[in-house]
Amino acid sequence: SSSSGDEAVRDKRARILSRGLPKQKPIEGVKQVVVVASGKGGVGKSTTAVNIALALAANDSTKEVGLLDADIYGPSIPKMMNLKGNPELTPKNLMRPLKNYGIACMSMGFLIEETAPVVWRGLMVMSAVEKLLRQVDWGQLDYLVIDMPPGTGDVQLSVSQNIPIAGAVIVSTPQDVALLDAHKGAEMFRKVHVPVLGLVQNMSVFQCPKCKHETHIFGADGVRDLAKTLELDILGDIPLHVNIRETCDSGQPVVISQPQSDA
Amino acid sequence: TLPERTNLAGVQHILLVLSGKGGVGKSTLSTELALALRSAGKRVGILDVDLCGPSIPRMLRVQDSAVHQCDSGWVPVFVGQDKAISLMSIGFLLERPDDAVVWRGPKKNALIKQFVTDVAWGDLDFLIVDTPPGTSDEHISTVEALRPYKPLGAILVTTPQ
Repeated sequence: SSSSGDEAVRDKRARILSRGLPKQKPIEGVKQVVVVASGKGGVGKSTTAVNIALALAANDSTKEVGLLDADIYGPSIPKMMNLKGNPELTPKNLMRPLKNYGIACMSMGFLIEETAPVVWRGLMVMSAVEKLLRQVDWGQLDYLVIDMPPGTGDVQLSVSQNIPIAGAVIVSTPQDVALLDAHKGAEMFRKVHVPVLGLVQNMSVFQCPKCKHETHIFGADGVRDLAKTLELDILGDIPLHVNIRETCDSGQPVVISQPQSDA
Repeated sequence: TLPERTNLAGVQHILLVLSGKGGVGKSTLSTELALALRSAGKRVGILDVDLCGPSIPRMLRVQDSAVHQCDSGWVPVFVGQDKAISLMSIGFLLERPDDAVVWRGPKKNALIKQFVTDVAWGDLDFLIVDTPPGTSDEHISTVEALRPYKPLGAILVTTPQ
């Protein structure tokens, strides 16, 4: 029938196209990789990635968790995890991740000056991402959480083509322009065959510290509606709370410093 | 030297809006700035080079518009209450507004060069260029393509965080 003929053509085309792509190979010692992405900038990917990594470790102290900051242009993880300094090299010439709160971290931020911009084209970025994935002595990890940069380009493609990813968490604020980008982010993962675990609605509501009045600064429930459209779960709903920003800026993420708070 | 009549020859001042960090309000500021300049009687255009997350069409409620060709290239979409601000964005070239643009650098660079040289802007007092977060291909290509036209400068947007 014509449909099986079409399928045969599609399969052949996919095989030919995939010949030029890098072969997907797991990182030695790493059991599961979870990426935190969004499409839109400034919605809380790094904040969420850091707190997810800490929560995974806090929930089960037998699990080893690593955190990779793949945002080459704007690495936030060093500041949020209160880590600084150049990584040491092991005898095998691998970079040793820096550790804080029990989490092994690697970031572009450890390799450059804090204020030095990284003004690189895609090809150099690809090679930097490869190094951050493969030339790090991660050891035995149950989970590696990867904080992605905004957008749907080189870094996202490089990571998903290079290593098998257990799932992606997409973070968004309820704002329309953020949802538009989150939708694109979800579609990107579909294109590269990475399962999307669900959406996180961040900055959902602000409560006035004086009168307790609640305002939905970025809109109400936009992410829940998008989740319904895309048939995805809402993994979390996080309020816009001054503590979350303060604790991240000071390198003591809220999961560690205020585990009992609403956030 | 530049050929006599390039598409940017009629543009008086080019302004870039940058930030490094995402989500700080670049697109919002670019849009408001364009509208403010328009109220002051200036002729304004907006070039949205955020290929992965083009927000400006939606902010100006023209996400369903299409782009047409003319002799000198692409005709920008006219927006605003008096249809007097011109806008070019990849958002107009997508089949559906939520289609993802998952491109590597070289492809992005090619489109940005086209956006800079092949859009028939006509005579403008200001062309505002809204950029994506980061300091990557889009930024390098945009600045390189605009360099012969001597942009006025860049506005940096940030939040206090």
